[in-house]
Amino acid sequence: MSNEVKHVKEEVNFQKNEQFTLTMMPGAFAKKLRTCLIFQFIRFVIINIKMIIVVGKSH
Amino acid sequence: MARLIVLGGGVAGHTTATFAAKWLGSEHEVVVVTPNAKWNWIPSNIWVGVGQMTKEEVTFDLAPVYAKAGISYYQAKAVSLNPEGSESSDKPFVTIEYTSTDKAGQSENIEYDYIVNATGPKLNFGATPGLGEGSELGEHTVSVCTADHAVHASEKLAEAIEKMKGGTRQKFLIGTGHGMCTCQGAAFEYIFNIENEIRKAGVRDMADMKWISNESFLGDFGMGGLHMKVGGYVVSSKLFAESLYAERNIEWLIGAHVSKVETGKIEYELLDGSTGEEEFDFSMLIPPFAGVGLKAYDKTGTDITDTVFAPNGFMKVDANYAAGAYENWKASDWPRTYQNPTYKNMFAAGIAFAPPHLISKPMKSPNGTPINPTPPRTGMPSGIIGKAVAHSVCDLMTKGENAHLHEASMAEMGAACVASAGKGVFTGTAAAMTVYPVVPDFEKYPGTGRDTDYTFGEIGLAGHWIKHILHFLFIYKAKLNPGWTLIPE
Ligand SMILES: Cc1cc2nc3c(=O)[nH]c(=O)nc-3n(C[C@H](O)[C@H](O)[C@H](O)COP(=O)(O)OP(=O)(O)OC[C@H]3O[C@@H](n4cnc5c(N)ncnc54)[C@H](O)[C@@H]3O)c2cc1C
Repeated sequence: MSNEVKHVKEEVNFQKNEQFTLTMMPGAFAKKLRTCLIFQFIRFVIINIKMIIVVGKSH
Repeated sequence: MARLIVLGGGVAGHTTATFAAKWLGSEHEVVVVTPNAKWNWIPSNIWVGVGQMTKEEVTFDLAPVYAKAGISYYQAKAVSLNPEGSESSDKPFVTIEYTSTDKAGQSENIEYDYIVNATGPKLNFGATPGLGEGSELGEHTVSVCTADHAVHASEKLAEAIEKMKGGTRQKFLIGTGHGMCTCQGAAFEYIFNIENEIRKAGVRDMADMKWISNESFLGDFGMGGLHMKVGGYVVSSKLFAESLYAERNIEWLIGAHVSKVETGKIEYELLDGSTGEEEFDFSMLIPPFAGVGLKAYDKTGTDITDTVFAPNGFMKVDANYAAGAYENWKASDWPRTYQNPTYKNMFAAGIAFAPPHLISKPMKSPNGTPINPTPPRTGMPSGIIGKAVAHSVCDLMTKGENAHLHEASMAEMGAACVASAGKGVFTGTAAAMTVYPVVPDFEKYPGTGRDTDYTFGEIGLAGHWIKHILHFLFIYKAKLNPGWTLIPE
């Protein structure tokens, strides 16, 4: 058995507060996607289309 | 020639006045009465409040825009309405008090044929001892509700950051300053923008951050929360919001009514009836909103304010104010035309109309203190309602008093809310959220009350781009630049 600490940056906050343990936290991949230009450009187009539909349905 | 008076040059009033002026042309007169000399794109005050934008970037002078549109502009505040006229004349009129420097304090009566009340909220700081006096912000906390407040907030934030750089820990307390507040979204945006600024300044480890709000669960937002599709699941906004706070290491205190504010300390009562104190070095607490306090008088001068306005000061419209208990609430309680039931030439738009009831579940502490968010009427609904009301009034003026009224129910209308969580073309992020409809309709959408194809939320750079584009688009539109009518509300 190795004694090496497996430190996952995205998971340490779970331990910081009792409130935090019961929620979900994004992992490295989900976080990367938030600023990934290609992915975000696609999301930008999709969100805009959805918002335009919502605006259209609201008038 | 008939005269339409629009009270308030904010999101709803500006939309009503500019569309009415365009549709009516020079055959009729459109008047705007508003105390402010400048128009403010309020959502971007958040960026002013963290020093990322200047006041000048989020405001512009109203006078040249109204001159271009052929709108008569009175820099004044409305004080009272006489919808039946006076003993000497049947013509309804509004009494105004000038706020412009040249005529400050002078009063005048202006007659009208139609009137739209779009006076928005009174920022009711005075409701919480120590938070402020009347609509004036107090000395202990900051605010981002006006551009000037936001400038002051950014100066205080810069001071706090300097202190942390000098080795002094700082406690940040952000949220709502009373049990009956709305506009949680603005405070939500502000806390994440502050967190982002502090991180950028390299002092995040010197800051303790806490959210305090009257929501019974995180992510209520005054709309009873929302459900959205994420990763193949339909999840509550509670999970979405809690995840964001936990990720950014921000603690939360919810179901809280702030009962007193002092230097560096607040007192609060929770939904379970317990009380407590919370210290802070920097605090931004949203005040509760009320109507701006307009009075109304009948022909004989008798006070009829109670007939025209609800007890909270907002104007009564075609809503069902007798829905009773939460179990009986229906989407159809919400107004459709925003016409005053007593005086048919009177309408209210945006925050100024009295909602029939809350959207979130009503809650009280065992001591009887109501602790629940009041319904938000955000920018998009305010603009859409303002335009629908303009349409109705223009039809009434041009086609006669039997003209069909245009409808815009918040139970059939969506709202897009993009909550910035940090600025930067390639590094910024924002939570882009869309709800459809704003008021849940459990008869039409059993389960969540909303259409989950159009109710969604996600965090990313795309949201930040949208927020930034909206900033420029809405200011461009409000200035009536070429093509302004093509930009949706
Ligand atoms: C910090 C902050 C951030 C926000 N962010 C968002 C967001 O991201 N997205 C979103 O959709 N919404 C957001 N909102 C909400 C949005 O700003 C409001 O929904 C919108 O401004 C409401 O429009 P309104 O016309 O009803 O009121 P306002 O825009 O407040 O306009 C009211 C107008 O009436 C005038 N007035 C006041 N008293 C009188 C009187 N006696 N006589 C005549 N005129 C009077 C005022 O000076 C003002 O010009 C935010 C709000 C705040 C405070």
